[in-house]
Amino acid sequence: MSSSTVLAHQFDGLEQQRDASTLGMWVFLLTEIMFFGGMFLGYTIYRSAYPNAFAIASQYMDVTLGTVNTVVLITSSLTMALAVLSSRLGQQHSTKMFLLATIGLGLVFLFIKGVEYHEKYVEHVVPGLDFRLTGPEAGHMQMLFCFYFLMTGMHAVHMIIGVGLLTWLIRKNSTGIFSAEYYTPVEIVGLYWHFVDIVWIFLFPLLYLIGQHLRGHA
Amino acid sequence: MSEHSISRKTYYLIYAALMVLTATTTGMAYVDLGAFNVYLALTIAVIKGTLVILFFMHVKETAGITTVYVAAGFFWLLILIVLTVSDYMTRTS
Repeated sequence: MSSSTVLAHQFDGLEQQRDASTLGMWVFLLTEIMFFGGMFLGYTIYRSAYPNAFAIASQYMDVTLGTVNTVVLITSSLTMALAVLSSRLGQQHSTKMFLLATIGLGLVFLFIKGVEYHEKYVEHVVPGLDFRLTGPEAGHMQMLFCFYFLMTGMHAVHMIIGVGLLTWLIRKNSTGIFSAEYYTPVEIVGLYWHFVDIVWIFLFPLLYLIGQHLRGHA
Repeated sequence: MSEHSISRKTYYLIYAALMVLTATTTGMAYVDLGAFNVYLALTIAVIKGTLVILFFMHVKETAGITTVYVAAGFFWLLILIVLTVSDYMTRTS
């Protein structure tokens, strides 16, 4: 693939084009940080306002599935990083394999998330749909589940978009367009995928872990 | 500038570190450390996030201006959190 077909005319060279694309993607990710940051902040404030209700409600979190999903998602970040490396080395076949592995792990994550959502439904702790907890703290406990579904739901939407982007990359990769000179699309989608991983790295302890030491005396 | 030199081996090492940190944070969640549980969990999450940003997202070896943007983004997030939390923590009624 000659550089003239992948270099947009406003850039001096491929390196400048790549730096500009990377910077542009980071600007987008910064808006995403503020978007998720607002939800994390809301969660923090409600958690500190109603510590008892949140500690009790935290016991409904499935730590085992949450931990498994953390491992799955971090592993998918590794395969994504290796896909970027392969595309840069012009290894078309291993790029495809690592992209497929990333998609596969992403789908496993979403499936496990679905299992967790089903658990919540069976336990009648889905706000708006079926919420049957009673008692003086029930309203505040419902707040935790609102945050849980909002934050993990938005995270899952980002995962689904990511799987779509990876599918697009596999198609693009099949044309043999990626090389040491031009692998920007793989790098950019990689940045997005790692960002989604980072959001989960913070969601996991905040939603699943920080109430667990109170088990038994909450 | 943006020539990536991070090797396959480095990626595996970072991955191993992330796994160890995940095991640590999950294990420590069941040990009662009082208020320190939250700080420990958040500290580990920050370390994990930083490793992903520096190595998987190549910020460690990317153009300087990108690093400035990333730092500015997190600084803005810090403003959001610090000002809001200091408001809620100092309300008397």
